Amino acid sequence: MQVSREHSATLDRTNTVNANVTKLEVRVWRGGEAGYYDTFSVPKRTNQTVLDVVTWIQRNLDPTLSYRFACRVGMCGSCGMTVNGAPRWTCRTHVSKVASDNLLEIGPLGNLPVIKDLTTDMSRFFEKWQRAEGAFVPTKTRKDPIAAISPQDAARQNVDEAIECINCGVCFAACDTVRWSEDYLGPAALNRAWSLANDARDGGNTNRLRAISAAGGCHACHSHQSCMQHCPKDLNPTRSIAGLKRLTMEAYLRGDLS
Amino acid sequence: MNLRLYLLQRVTAALMLPLVLGHLVVIFYATSTKLTAADILGRTEGSIGWALFYGAFVCLVAVHGAIGFATIAREWFGARGQAPTIIMWTVGVVLLLLGLRAVFAVTMPGGLS
Repeated sequence: MQVSREHSATLDRTNTVNANVTKLEVRVWRGGEAGYYDTFSVPKRTNQTVLDVVTWIQRNLDPTLSYRFACRVGMCGSCGMTVNGAPRWTCRTHVSKVASDNLLEIGPLGNLPVIKDLTTDMSRFFEKWQRAEGAFVPTKTRKDPIAAISPQDAARQNVDEAIECINCGVCFAACDTVRWSEDYLGPAALNRAWSLANDARDGGNTNRLRAISAAGGCHACHSHQSCMQHCPKDLNPTRSIAGLKRLTMEAYLRGDLS
Repeated sequence: MNLRLYLLQRVTAALMLPLVLGHLVVIFYATSTKLTAADILGRTEGSIGWALFYGAFVCLVAVHGAIGFATIAREWFGARGQAPTIIMWTVGVVLLLLGLRAVFAVTMPGGLS
């Protein structure tokens, strides 16, 4: 059932500074999988991020609002939410760029179970990293010299972008194939597999290529490129997945995967 | 989708590319020169070339389309377990039989009747 309630702050310090402050109408998801959008009135400020808005609501209007964040500077990947229909990192998303007519609709990330309000259970997302053999498999000991990787090395250049992933889950929430197939590994886990597949120090590629060639692996990707379109770091997981398709195909033709 | 089916679908797509282009040229030629059905049958009946061209086309379509249908069944209609495989084989065999029947009908000397 959709219920809408109007909240207003009893004291807003901004209003005492600027009497002409305009308000944002913010609809925020409340509840779990079944829930409703609650409407809040939040003062509009310059250089305000969506995370600022959510924090303001929790501190001034409703302390029971649940959401997740940590670094606030686009490094940790904790604050992913659905903002006006699109998955975004909220700490680096300015309200001025996404609000239309001073309206904001903020919900939990898609394709993940909702725990409460704006907080999702990301276990499924990280379990798929494990399934994609996303863990580094060392080939040397601490007594060996540090492996020298040249910046000009072709394999290293392959992953210039991919290694910048912050695991925010925005691509996972944006992906049609994730929505359609619960066993699909998703863009982030496959992007991670691509990073390690190009890592000269890693020794886990045989198992990794086998894992990402199984049902739900890289071959399930339809190259819709929603991951690329929505990635807050402007990365291109679709390209990483295309690289994995090439690698697995070559391995299969060599007989390594049969 | 497993890797073998993925490869098979890509290989059939690559092989179909020139056949699709050839098929389009045939359509444009047949319609722009106002060929009648009798004219067309006069050229295709008894032609090994056309039988091979469209026979190969039908085989590739049956394989390519069947794999695609299994994916659609899985992703859009939630088919699980053996269902996508059964759908794949059913669609493949039906496409193959209907397609080959049509090819025989227009390339066999005297048609199917």
